Amino acid sequence: MEWIRQKLDKFKEPFAKGKKLEKYSPAINALDTFLYTPNHTTQKGAHIRDAVDLKRVMITVVIALIPVLLFSMWNTGYQYLKQIQPEVDFWDAFGHGALEILPMIVVSYAVGLGIEFAFAIFRGHEVNEGYLVTGLLIPMIMPVGLPLWMLAISVVFAVIIGKEAFGGTGMNILNPALTARAFAFFAYPTYMSGNQVWVMNAAKVDGVSGETILGTLAAGQPVEYDSMDMFMGLIPGSVSETSAVLCLLGALFLIFTKVGSWRIMLSAVIGAAAMGLIFNALPMMGVEGNALTNFPWYNHLIVGGLAFGIVYMATDPVSASQTLKGKWIYGFLIGFFSVMIRVFNPAYPEGVMLAILLMNVFAPTIDHYVIQANIKRRLKRKNEGINAQINTAV
Amino acid sequence: MSNDIRINKGLTLRLKGEAEKVLVDASRFKTYAVKPPDFHAVIPKMVVKEGAKVQAGDELFFSKYTGEVRFTSPVSGTLKEIKRGEKRRILEVVIEADASDSYREFGTMDPLSADADAVKARILESGGGAFLNQRPYDIPADPKDTPKAIFVSALNTAPLSADVEFILKDRLDAFQAGLNALSRLTPGKVHVSVPGNGAGTFSGLQNVEIHKVFGPHPAANVGVQIHKIDPINAGERVWTIKPEDVANIGDLFLTGRFTAVRTVAVCGSEAKDRKYYRTIIGAPVAELIGDVSTKDVRIISGDVLTGTQVNRDQYLGFFPNELTLIPEGNQYRMFGWLPFTYNNIPSNSRTSLTWMFPKRKYEVNTNLHGEERALVVTGEMEEVLPMDLFPMQLLKACMGADIEKMENLGIYEVAPEDFALIDYVNTSKIEAQEIIRLGLDLMITEVG
Repeated sequence: MEWIRQKLDKFKEPFAKGKKLEKYSPAINALDTFLYTPNHTTQKGAHIRDAVDLKRVMITVVIALIPVLLFSMWNTGYQYLKQIQPEVDFWDAFGHGALEILPMIVVSYAVGLGIEFAFAIFRGHEVNEGYLVTGLLIPMIMPVGLPLWMLAISVVFAVIIGKEAFGGTGMNILNPALTARAFAFFAYPTYMSGNQVWVMNAAKVDGVSGETILGTLAAGQPVEYDSMDMFMGLIPGSVSETSAVLCLLGALFLIFTKVGSWRIMLSAVIGAAAMGLIFNALPMMGVEGNALTNFPWYNHLIVGGLAFGIVYMATDPVSASQTLKGKWIYGFLIGFFSVMIRVFNPAYPEGVMLAILLMNVFAPTIDHYVIQANIKRRLKRKNEGINAQINTAV
Repeated sequence: MSNDIRINKGLTLRLKGEAEKVLVDASRFKTYAVKPPDFHAVIPKMVVKEGAKVQAGDELFFSKYTGEVRFTSPVSGTLKEIKRGEKRRILEVVIEADASDSYREFGTMDPLSADADAVKARILESGGGAFLNQRPYDIPADPKDTPKAIFVSALNTAPLSADVEFILKDRLDAFQAGLNALSRLTPGKVHVSVPGNGAGTFSGLQNVEIHKVFGPHPAANVGVQIHKIDPINAGERVWTIKPEDVANIGDLFLTGRFTAVRTVAVCGSEAKDRKYYRTIIGAPVAELIGDVSTKDVRIISGDVLTGTQVNRDQYLGFFPNELTLIPEGNQYRMFGWLPFTYNNIPSNSRTSLTWMFPKRKYEVNTNLHGEERALVVTGEMEEVLPMDLFPMQLLKACMGADIEKMENLGIYEVAPEDFALIDYVNTSKIEAQEIIRLGLDLMITEVG
């Protein structure tokens, strides 16, 4: 393997400091460090360092996404094929779905990484790895038939306005993947909602019942799936949001590797369950409610994008609360508002996206109050010390 | 017991190359050196010239702005060379040692019955003042201050660090005498933290408040103990001192001589004779490590987390009890970012399988294992800092030089060494110790 290293070193020569192509070194470094963890040694501070780096953390999240991604490829094909033929072959379904989803992933990565590289070169810093996850998340939370150019424009918006405008990775206020989805949602509403977009080619096939469960409920129609289908994910929806069980698997992996915050995930589930239970209790208080309020609370947890949003997007450490106490509050409110928006806002059958974006905005405020409590404790201690001194002096 | 300190947060790093508990007498090396940069923010004014004869305890230089602190020669001999760096900054004051010791005699004194000012004057004139450090800011103590309390951490939890009980078990009389002297410097208490699970060497100490400390690194950091025992508020001063230096101060009163004993654990996976060497402060690195090849070896004066890099032909620092040798990590690793690979490199995260072997000892090198990135991952710093403050927010305040915020978030309670584990664990590879040091320096100039 030594020869690859030598080739790379040779190739990198014109990009070295003081050489002609120095400006473009971030792009080359990004490729090089993808192949090899660099030979940099500690120059100050602690002489030894942990094996973990940002690349490893991001790749761990990507690994956690792979089961969901593979399932969604199959489910996309399955939802389509079962409308037009009685028996669905496993590989047939998977192939159909993969052909639909892979181009979306390619477009998302190509456009997003292109912008990231350009900004890195322009600003003269190394390419941060954040987009490895964002770039995969964006196609996974879009409806399957979204035209690729709309996807590309959403990515451009998310990366430039959602992230780079704030200073790049680590500085963004909103989750970039959800920023892309929100952009598409408001810019191209007919491609992002309704009952024609959740199953591929639904508009071309007669008699397709391609509505999501939440959409069905909002329209006052009866739901034809049982809880098991919802939990496993054999339902229409955005590309990868459907399978609660695989999101749970990903959640366990993220919690186990300590990459994802279990506090946020758990408190979000508690928050959603709490709001669901409140709505479920309405009939007992003499309020009739509607199909959405009477939708059992446990079903609220497993339909729509709630599970996917909680596991993979609410836990984004940059846009989430950064303090431990803050994470509890932040997560709880995401779950709470998700279900509330679902029930109260007929225009948005799914509330997770808006709930997470809303809490992204409030996360710094939550942190501010948590930190302020710590500061007050310190000030109080100081004042007590001064009072004690005065007392002894007197 | 209410005096116990139990630390839960932190990280015990198990590394290969611990020093064997054998004490080797190494009191006569050819040259020794005192390095002014070991005393942060001290600007040295030399009082002797090259070629001058000095006895152990004779003044070499003093601090330009706090004149009372004298820095004296640890050994008798001839001042061989004053090594200077950029802008004629003095880096090393090298002394060629005589064949036998000759001390400047200060006379014995009983610190408990003597006048408190006389005790202080004795410590200062003999060079014992150099041992005292001040918190906040982690700088040499200013003798004009009266500290609220004095803290001695008589244990080490850093990886491969020297065993304080072993170092001091034959100098307990001097240690006690030193503590007696320290108790005269403060109206408050002298707090001594001792290992909770140790051999009980220090159980008989008097005139001090003893705290048993349990838990992983950084439990032994004096800053962590201060935070638990009697936290520093704005405007307060406490002093800290290393345990072996307490014994050196004790010698000043028992024998009237500045003995400047330093017991050094030579350790690390690349070191050969891994033992404890009893020598004098500022011992030469080459003679301590012997004929070990130092190609691609990092020589650290101190421990792997807080030490400073030295060359073979340089000298050990003024304070450290360790000389650590670990391999340089200047190699590439293919696909090093893949989780669950390279499990020979320890990791606090679970993206490596090292958590499955809690007892295994690791050979570590100096590779960064990645590149510096923006701060993304949250919560990992809090896991290794057992203090009631927000390390990441404090670091950001230091980066932004926001003095009010730094003060609010607890800058007075921290020292760079408390952030050493944050250096180690943080995913973004930011230099937390350096950021805190710069933050503290800013506070010194702006607040004082």
